[in-house]
Amino acid sequence: MLWEEGLKMNRENTTGFFKNINLRSFIIIVALIAIWIILQFATDGTFLTSRNISLLFRQMTPIGIIAIGMVLVIVSGYIDLSVGSIVAVAGAIAAVMQTQMKIGTIPTIIALLITGVVVGIINGYLSTFQKIPPFIVTLATMLIFRGATLLITGGSTISGMNPSFKYIGDGYISPQISMIIATIGIITYVIFEITKRRNKTSKGMKVAASNWFAVKLIAICAICALLVATMNNYEGIPVPVIIMVAIMIIVSFISRNTRFGRRLYAMGGNAEAARLSGINVNKEGLKVFALLGLLSAVSGLILTARLNAATPAAGNQFEFDAISAAIIGGASFSGGQGTVFGAVIGALIMASLNNGMSILNIPSAAQFILKGLVLLIAVWFDMRGRSKGKN
Amino acid sequence: MVDVTRTWMLEMENIIKEFPGIKALDGVSFKVEKGEIHALVGENGAGKSTLMKVLSGVYSHGSYSGSIKVDGKEQRFQNTSDAEKAGISIIYQELSLASNMSIAENIFMGDEPVKKILIDWDAMYSRANELLVRVGIQMDSNILVKNLGIGLQQMVEIAKALRTDNKILVLDEPTSALSKSEIDVLMNLLLALKQQGVTCIYISHKFDEIFRIADSVTILRDGKTIDTKSIDSLNEDLLINLMVGRDLNQRYPQRERVHGENILEIKNYSLFDYKEGKERLHNINLSLHKGEILGIAGLMGSGRTELVSSIFGAFYGKSEGQIIIDRKEVKINSPKDAMKQGIGLITEDRKNLGIFPVLSIRENMVIANLDNISGSIMVNDSEEYLLCDQYVENLNIKIGSTENKITSLSGGNQQKVIIGRWLMRKPKILILDEPTRGIDVGAKFEIYTIINELVANGVAVVMVSSELPEVMGMCDRILVMHDGTISGELMHEEATQEKIMSYAVGGRP
Repeated sequence: MLWEEGLKMNRENTTGFFKNINLRSFIIIVALIAIWIILQFATDGTFLTSRNISLLFRQMTPIGIIAIGMVLVIVSGYIDLSVGSIVAVAGAIAAVMQTQMKIGTIPTIIALLITGVVVGIINGYLSTFQKIPPFIVTLATMLIFRGATLLITGGSTISGMNPSFKYIGDGYISPQISMIIATIGIITYVIFEITKRRNKTSKGMKVAASNWFAVKLIAICAICALLVATMNNYEGIPVPVIIMVAIMIIVSFISRNTRFGRRLYAMGGNAEAARLSGINVNKEGLKVFALLGLLSAVSGLILTARLNAATPAAGNQFEFDAISAAIIGGASFSGGQGTVFGAVIGALIMASLNNGMSILNIPSAAQFILKGLVLLIAVWFDMRGRSKGKN
Repeated sequence: MVDVTRTWMLEMENIIKEFPGIKALDGVSFKVEKGEIHALVGENGAGKSTLMKVLSGVYSHGSYSGSIKVDGKEQRFQNTSDAEKAGISIIYQELSLASNMSIAENIFMGDEPVKKILIDWDAMYSRANELLVRVGIQMDSNILVKNLGIGLQQMVEIAKALRTDNKILVLDEPTSALSKSEIDVLMNLLLALKQQGVTCIYISHKFDEIFRIADSVTILRDGKTIDTKSIDSLNEDLLINLMVGRDLNQRYPQRERVHGENILEIKNYSLFDYKEGKERLHNINLSLHKGEILGIAGLMGSGRTELVSSIFGAFYGKSEGQIIIDRKEVKINSPKDAMKQGIGLITEDRKNLGIFPVLSIRENMVIANLDNISGSIMVNDSEEYLLCDQYVENLNIKIGSTENKITSLSGGNQQKVIIGRWLMRKPKILILDEPTRGIDVGAKFEIYTIINELVANGVAVVMVSSELPEVMGMCDRILVMHDGTISGELMHEEATQEKIMSYAVGGRP
């Protein structure tokens, strides 16, 4: 019965409030650090060199950017399996425009982003207004977009992008500018957090204890500074990493501070109650699919730019990595739970495994098995935590 | 004297079942004689379903006190399959057949006849056919259940119940979805089964059915057994009296009753449900005034919830007729439209339609209100927190922090959060569907007080409730529904439980 459950939860909650909020993000960060330490030893110190860290972050961007959108789709109670094929089709269109039609970089990017939004809208329209289960819709469009890619590329790799286009994927921001961006970023962040806190205290709202607030601020700034310094030690911040971080900040903000974002969490938590609260569930669902389509196209842009080529097989299994990243980062398939930041950390964990295993020359058979196991363990852990909460 | 010759099939003695804050069953005793049809009646919430859940093992032994004897043998059910083994079969209002399997597969689900490890299809179909004959259906048991009408599906359920060594057959509101001729068939079947020695407990609101087939009647009220009587010693009036009791407790805060101007008017309103293929509401006419509490009473399935949810634009179906708000005819096709017109709806099913279980109290509260606390796109963070704190205080919601999950709250406090969600919108018309269901007495009084404050400020309130004392204590005017129509209207002063009840069962007072 409802009230019995309520009472139980009540008991659990008075002691476990901190667990609910912070333990999750804490655990994934600890997991990430643990994986890094293990890989550092396993690779005899190659893993945590500044060159490899720079490479690792660059490698994670295509998945990371998709995971940012994927987590919101999962939060809303949907799923999208077609992201890998969107990456491929966007890349193919870009390559054809650049190499065969000799179109400039800016128009290419615009066309590519529009493609992403359009295919996202197709997925979204069928999954929401037409009520076809999104799993089936995107399973079908996964095949359709892959087919379109083969059609556009003629089944072969198209290479030779403009240098300005390539820069998006393999360029670096020079260390000096990186340093400036990082400094501005950190200062803005600190000011933002402090004003927010002042604002709250002045209106008489409860805030975290001041020493915890300070510890949190300093820790986050230190980590950012350390990462930037490490990357600067090599060549500077890779351009795609800057793009990903910018997207992460924007989408994270959207998810928490806009009506659109808040409605997604409500829809995923209880779609019928959301409808009865005046939310147009179909419309918001369409938007979130469009957002994921857009981000998948950005991912395709970066991948194509980095490889300097569009291949028919580009983006294969990206859906697996992106969904894994979102789930490892704390998203729940029952909807309503998950964060953008968590998904990016999840993507970083997946990328670290890929990168580390490549350095170690682990055969791809074993890589597949290991990645599958990681996803299983993450979900199992999650379910265990949840059922404990209930019993 | 007579007692000596009686043999009891079921003896439930002094059953007490408590939920936090609520005594659902308070020393209920319920005895059923072998081979009789025994009707169990009472208002919604009197404890009938709880009693049947105790009997069917939904509530395991130990979670209630008291004793159960079936056929003279003491029983301690740990779960529903224990109860089934002891020969108790319950057929619920919502049928639980797998629609894309055959009749035979449904009858033998979970207990398929086997030869070694393979299913013995021949035995299954022939035994299923025998059972179908026993319930009076001439039909091949390999037909898929989805091809059957609801009446026949019910027969299949009964056949399924008769498959095992059945001692007691319980039917919970079996006729609520049946047509008149289907009801006749069911009545005749139950009488025929009685001839075969089947003992039956029949739960129903419909007096004509009870007087047609029952041998005796037990009346429950407020979790207590009021009386068990043989059908010959009863008539409808007497039964209504026993069901509703006579005392009306002063559990409702007083207020001045004023009538403001007309705010909502509904004319010739009908509602057609495509999913079920039937008319849910027929030719409804009502008006609502500022500062008024309009009660809507009626039994379950009479169309109360359908009426309010379709006014709110939340019912999937086609409606006809006019809705006039502030003297302007409006079209309401979605909850969003209704909210634009200043209507709020607090749903009956809080768990499934009200709360967002994974979200915090704050998020639950502001979700219908994001357009008011945000600019064109962004949500104003601190305004949101302040607004929540303000409503938490005003509504006296007992919580640690607005960041806790809503599921950490008791039912009463959850309901107050939902009420807060709608009050934030400053509605002109607030519809409350069963606002106090599953809520303890103290919180009920607080919710009544909140409602009174609202109407004092000129809000018009529609209150749907199954609890007659609540409707009578709170409402200025009461509409009684029966079978999708409004069967009666009573002013506060003239309303009595007996009058409401007789309108609700479709009669005239």
